Amino acid sequence: MTAGLPIAELEAVYDLIATGLDGAGDKRELFLAKLALLLANQLADMARVQSCIEAALRDLD
Amino acid sequence: MHQPDTTPRRSLYFNYEVFQAAPLPPEPDALAPVLIVGAGPVGLALALDLARHGVRVVVVTAGQQVSEGSRAIVFTRRSLEILQQVGADSALVEHGLPWRFGSSFYRGQEVFRLEAPHDLHDRFAPLNNLQQQVLEASMLTRIAREPLIELRWGHLVTAVTCDDEAAVVTIDTPHGVYTQRAAWVVACDGARSSLRQLQGLHLEGESWQGRFVIADIKIDLPLPTERLAFFDPTWNPGNTVLMHREPFGIWRIDYQLPPDETPEQALQPASLASRINAQLQSIGFGDKPWALDWCSVYSARALSLANYLEQRVIYCGDAAHLLPIFGVRGANTGLQDAQNLGWKLAAHVQGKAPVELLHSYSAERVAAAREIVAEAGKSTRFMTPPTPGFRLLRDATLSLALTEHFVRPLMHWRTSRPHEYLHSPLNTAVDDAAQCLTGPAPGAVMPSVRLAEDRYLLDDADTGFTLLLFSDLPVPPAVQAAADQWRAQGGALRIVLLPRTTAEGAAWQRYGVVSDGAAYLVRPDQHVCARWLQLEPTRLLHALSRALGRASPEKTP
Repeated sequence: MTAGLPIAELEAVYDLIATGLDGAGDKRELFLAKLALLLANQLADMARVQSCIEAALRDLD
Repeated sequence: MHQPDTTPRRSLYFNYEVFQAAPLPPEPDALAPVLIVGAGPVGLALALDLARHGVRVVVVTAGQQVSEGSRAIVFTRRSLEILQQVGADSALVEHGLPWRFGSSFYRGQEVFRLEAPHDLHDRFAPLNNLQQQVLEASMLTRIAREPLIELRWGHLVTAVTCDDEAAVVTIDTPHGVYTQRAAWVVACDGARSSLRQLQGLHLEGESWQGRFVIADIKIDLPLPTERLAFFDPTWNPGNTVLMHREPFGIWRIDYQLPPDETPEQALQPASLASRINAQLQSIGFGDKPWALDWCSVYSARALSLANYLEQRVIYCGDAAHLLPIFGVRGANTGLQDAQNLGWKLAAHVQGKAPVELLHSYSAERVAAAREIVAEAGKSTRFMTPPTPGFRLLRDATLSLALTEHFVRPLMHWRTSRPHEYLHSPLNTAVDDAAQCLTGPAPGAVMPSVRLAEDRYLLDDADTGFTLLLFSDLPVPPAVQAAADQWRAQGGALRIVLLPRTTAEGAAWQRYGVVSDGAAYLVRPDQHVCARWLQLEPTRLLHALSRALGRASPEKTP
C-alpha cells in the first residue's frame, strides 16, 4: 500500500469531488464513471485499480 | 408437398431469376459421396472446392432464387483469397468496393478512426463491400460450368437418419418426395438450419438484448467507402447507427431499436422512413431523395454448436454458429469453415485420409468460433451494452473520447481475421523451440508475397500440399525422392523454390528465413502445418502424414 495523500490534500480532494458531483447535477453517475476511468489511467496499475474497486464495493448498504 | 415461392424477389438494382425446381433424380437410391444442403455463399464455395478436388457433389436448396436482400455485405481479404482459390472471386473483383478505414462519430465529432493494414504483398484489400445475392449469382455462373456439381433448386430436406455407411435424407419437392443417400451430408443451411433442428442439436452461448434494423436504400451520398459509426445521435439517444456504402448506388443503414419496440413495429414503412430521414438529416443530407430496397431486423448473438460433426452430418457456416454482425464475422467465418472442410472431406471420401481428419475440422473450427465469440463480445458490449453498468461505462467512454485520447481504442470494433490453428493435431511441432523460424507459426495462414506485377504467392490454386523451400540451390535429390514417395502413396505435393532474391528479398523476410535450406509445409487450405530451419526428408514425410490425420507414414487409412 502506498502512503496516500497527506490529510490536508485528502480534505481538498474530498471537497473537489463533492463540488464536482454537485456540478454534475443529474449526471452524477456519468461524472463518477468518467473520473474512475481517468484516475485508473493515471494510476497505470491494473492490480491497484482492481483492489480499489474491491474496496469501494465493500459495505455499500 | 414443398411449394417454394416463385414470384421474383423485388430489388432496385438486382434482377432476381427464378430457377426451375429440379426434377426427381432418375436414380434415387444412388449414393452421393457428398450432399450439401444450402446454396448460400458457404455451400456454393464448399461445392466448388470439393469439385476442384475431383469430388462429385449434390447441392439441394429449398428456394428457387438467390438470397433476398444484400445480407452479408462486407467480405474480408481472407474471404477473397478463399473465393479466388475456388475460382469464384470475379464478382468481388469486378463490382466490390474495397476499403480499409472506419470512422466513429459522437456529437458530430470524429472520436475514433481505424485503419486496417494493407501490405503491398497482398492482392486484395482488407475489406470489400458486395451484396450477398450478387456474389451468389456470380458463384452460380461458375457452378454451371462445373460438371461435378449437381444443384437442385426447390428441394427441401424434411428428415435425416444415419447408419454406418450413409446418411439417408428425405427431400420434399414440387414434384414429390424422394430419399437421397449420401456418404456425408454438409449442413450449410444457415442460421435457421433445418438439419440442426432435425438432429435436435442446440447452439450454446449468449444472446444480447439489442435489436438492429438493417435497411438498404438507393441514394447518392458524397461520402467515402468506410465504416461509419454514429454513437448516441440526437434522433436515437443512447443507441448506435452504422452506415456502409454498397455497389450499385446503395447504402446500408443499421440502427438500434429502443428496447421495447418489436421488429414488426420497427419495419412499418412510416417508422423506417422517419428514422432514415432523421439519420440523413443528422449528417447533413436530409434533402437527398432516397428509395428503400430491402430491410430486416437483426439481433446480436454469439452461439455455436459444441461439435460440428454429428453422425454423418457436418455443420458449416451459420448452421454451425451465429456470430454478431459487428466485425463482419458471419459469411467470412463461414467461408473459412468451408475452406477448412473442403480438402479434408475430399481426402476422406477419396480414401486418402481417415475420419480423424474430419474430426480435426470440428476441433479447428469450434476453436475458431470460440475465439470469435470472445472477441465479438468485446465489440458487442460497446455497441449494445448488456447491463446498466456497461451502459454507464460506454457513455463515460464516449463523453471522455471528445477530449481524452486514451479511451479511443476502447471503440475498436475488431474485424474478422483468419483464425490460427495453433493447437491443431495436424501441426508438427519442432522439437527444439530455439531452432524455430520466426515467420508464421504452424496453424497460421501462409503470408502472400508479391512475386511480380499482378502475381502473388497465394494466387496459385493447388489442391495438394505445398512445400515452400527457401534456397538458392536446386531441390536436393533426397527431398525430391521423399516427394516422389509421398506421391506414390497417392498424396499430392508441390514444391515451390524461393531463392533469396525472390521479390527483392521479401519472401525470405516475410517467412523469417535467414539461412539457406529452410522450409514451410502448407496445407491445401493455405495454413502452415510444419516449418524447419533445415528441411530433412524423413521429417517431411512424417509431417505430411500427420497433416492428413494419419498416425505415421507407414500407416494407410
